[in-house]
Amino acid sequence: MNGYLDFLGGRNGLVGLLVLAALILLVFPLTMGVDQLSLAGRFLSFGFVAAGLVLCWGYGGILSLGQGIFFGIGGYCIAMFLKLEASTPEATAIQTTPGIPDFMDWNRITELPWFWEPFNSLTLTLIAIIVLPALFAYVIGIAMFKRRVSGVYFAIITQALVVILTILLVAQQGYTGGANGITDLRTLKGWDINTDEAMVTLYFVTAFLLLGVILFGKWLLHSKFGRILIAMRDREDRVRFSGYDVANFKAFVFCVAAVFSAIGGAMFTLQEGFMSPTLIGIIPSIEFVIFAAVGGRLSLIGAVYGAMAIGFARIAFAEAYPELWLFLMGAVFIVVVLFLPYGLAGLYEKYAPKVRAFLPSRTARAATSRESTEVRS
Amino acid sequence: MSSNTDFLLAVEDLTVSFDGFKAIDGLNFYMDEKELRVVIGPNGAGKTTLLDLICGKTKATNGSIKFRGKELTRLPEHRIVWEGVGRKFQTPSVYDSLTVRDNLEVSYPKGRGVWGALAFKRDTALQEKTQEIAESVMLKDSLDLEAGQLSHGQKQWLEIGMLLMQDPALLMLDEPIAGMSAREREQTADLLKRLAGKHSIIVIEHDMNFVKQIGRKVTVLHQGAILAEGDMDQVQSDQRVIDVYLGH
Amino acid sequence: MGDFTTQELMAILAMQGFAGLSLFSVLLLMALGLAIIYGQMRVINMAHGEFMVIGAYATYLFSTFITAQMPGMLDYYLILAIPFAFLAAFVVGWIVEFLLIRHLYHRPLDTLLATWGLALIMQQAFRSGFGAREVSVRLPDWLQGSYRPTMMIDIPINGLAIMVLTILVTAGVAWLLYKSRWGLRVRCTTTNREMAGAVGINTRNVDRLTFALGCGIAGIAGAAFTTISSTGPTSGSLYIVDTFLVVVFGGAGSLLGTVASAFTIAQGQSILDFFIGGSMGKVITLLIVVAILMIRPEGLFASKVRR
Repeated sequence: MNGYLDFLGGRNGLVGLLVLAALILLVFPLTMGVDQLSLAGRFLSFGFVAAGLVLCWGYGGILSLGQGIFFGIGGYCIAMFLKLEASTPEATAIQTTPGIPDFMDWNRITELPWFWEPFNSLTLTLIAIIVLPALFAYVIGIAMFKRRVSGVYFAIITQALVVILTILLVAQQGYTGGANGITDLRTLKGWDINTDEAMVTLYFVTAFLLLGVILFGKWLLHSKFGRILIAMRDREDRVRFSGYDVANFKAFVFCVAAVFSAIGGAMFTLQEGFMSPTLIGIIPSIEFVIFAAVGGRLSLIGAVYGAMAIGFARIAFAEAYPELWLFLMGAVFIVVVLFLPYGLAGLYEKYAPKVRAFLPSRTARAATSRESTEVRS
Repeated sequence: MSSNTDFLLAVEDLTVSFDGFKAIDGLNFYMDEKELRVVIGPNGAGKTTLLDLICGKTKATNGSIKFRGKELTRLPEHRIVWEGVGRKFQTPSVYDSLTVRDNLEVSYPKGRGVWGALAFKRDTALQEKTQEIAESVMLKDSLDLEAGQLSHGQKQWLEIGMLLMQDPALLMLDEPIAGMSAREREQTADLLKRLAGKHSIIVIEHDMNFVKQIGRKVTVLHQGAILAEGDMDQVQSDQRVIDVYLGH
Repeated sequence: MGDFTTQELMAILAMQGFAGLSLFSVLLLMALGLAIIYGQMRVINMAHGEFMVIGAYATYLFSTFITAQMPGMLDYYLILAIPFAFLAAFVVGWIVEFLLIRHLYHRPLDTLLATWGLALIMQQAFRSGFGAREVSVRLPDWLQGSYRPTMMIDIPINGLAIMVLTILVTAGVAWLLYKSRWGLRVRCTTTNREMAGAVGINTRNVDRLTFALGCGIAGIAGAAFTTISSTGPTSGSLYIVDTFLVVVFGGAGSLLGTVASAFTIAQGQSILDFFIGGSMGKVITLLIVVAILMIRPEGLFASKVRR
């Protein structure tokens, strides 16, 4: 493996990727029913967020407890588009103001708010799914990283932003659908998204996009940018005094993680058929982190397994022993932090030394997780 | 006062206070191109603080630092590096989880922006430069080792090598031989002498033998100000310097 | 605000101000414990809200016991319930420190995740033990009703009472930290752990005691909480984000800053609540706090240390 495929991490990196591709593109579709496959598709959507966290938390040392914000931006953007498509004047003829989403009518809004207008266009919606989270992450990132806010402070502030966003969404129900969120999504450009066939198609779109995102992440880590990320985590000051503007690098990786999350949010919404504040609040936001931690905070591929493992475990337990699930989930947080700092990928590394498939390079794997704990160094 | 553009580095009336404590107090300090200068002084004299101020790690309360006529006190750290100032820290500061080669390459002054770093490609110029510098800092056999596995002395060399990758006009070395064996000290002294013709260098050091080995002009700092300046013999026979070191 | 006369406006401000004092008290008591723990060992305790709930349930148990066994004591039981709540949270804190926290010192981001897991476990334990429904304690008669200094101002007594409690606890913490022998040890350890160990301070014990004490104070917050609201398994998690903001906004490690910041955040919310509603009041307050933190990350009162 040399030349332009180097970034996959040599032969082993390629094998790891192929195994994942085979699993989600062949094994799942062949062995699962539509319902289960669609469930798997939703877990894969969480995989986008977890993969983003591997980049910004595992490699960049930036723990964001606010990924729900970006997941939500992606989800709400596509939901707004679908909702407008569903709210034709004919379909909403019984409303006081036909042609606007039902929840607006219930809240006595008589005109589509200006910020809903762009979501009449699919092109603008798709652009918004990429640009809005990047822009928002950039503003937060630059504001905080230029002032050397990192570590715990960054985590707490991102968590506060999640709280602010969810309260705002619930409070402004005339514009956002409130606590119920945006529901009753039916068609995408006339294509019914609730049929079995659509579920399978959406699953494959999600799976391919996820593989694309992982490839992009691997390429990023393999570039000089990736080495600078590791260098920053090791010795931030040294990087600064080698002539790099550290804040820009951190802001960029935070943006990348945000865009990953937004793509995941959009794919999730398409498969779930609605988007609501509870899907993006404090609890989901911190669960995204545990997906990445379970999978292995230094492994993009591991992050996907982490999201799926917890997703399927939750389904299994929530049916059989609902009251045990929270105990188990709590234990997972503790066990991963205390005993498995590199997650499933770390276990694999340890017990299958001959097949080194999960991580992009030797150096990255050996990286210790040094956390920056101070506001200012 | 001569026009300070004649100097490579002109520090004038520099003051920094931490909650009223003046670590550097009205300091004037000048350096020529290609000069090797040793700064000595008892603990707490302000030596490291002086370097912190020049490289922007600490912001001055007052005064100016001009480098090739350009004011540094308002520039952020990375811009000061771009101007050609390199800094080695007191405790060797290398990237433990990267290889020696990666350590050197990351310090190469190309691809310093986000997009530049994404588009960056290893070219032959970089590979040659890495080889050359690894050789000069005695690490050419360790290029593929992780930096964390190097000895303390080797890490010091690696950090000097990382500075050299940046090709700085001014090298600032904070205690470069701390933790080195006698043989390593000799090698470091030779290295500094070789570098002296090509770069300006400020060295902070406690070890007087080492200072004598490399030293030409010596500056003695005491309580944030310059106590004496001159060659080693002059300085050592200066009564005030003797008083300070003997603790009168 | 044009619809109100100046006099009305003053009365509204005064009443909302006093209403905010209850929130202020709970936030401050929570934040005190959190700040002490973070300051001492850089541990972010996401389960801090659950320690408050332990205090609240302890108060509830105590009140049920008194109602059943010695109804004559009902007027005074709260005074005894407070140390009981403290002790309950203190003991659990002690055990948690031993089992979990001590393995995570100086890995703040990891403590954050592990204690979140702990919070989930504790919430489920509350649910299994006390049921999902909220419980409330019986308030003594003297805590009910309100005090009316003028026709327009109406101040609930229970709010005043927990205010007094908060002042006492804050003064107690200040005394412990700055005047007692233990406080000296804590401050030594915070400033320079190695040196503290070298001069014979058992830093392990100081850590454990500090963590347990921080949890104990959260327990007192829980006792106070029962007088203004009913308690459910997830009551604590409603306060955790606000409490963290209080600590960060105040400038971690500054007692005065914590007090000032709890006051600002609670009053901001309470006064805005009247004009634009609870949710938007909270959104605006939190947004302003986050915006200030982005401009001034060191918080209101930061200690200047040469680094």
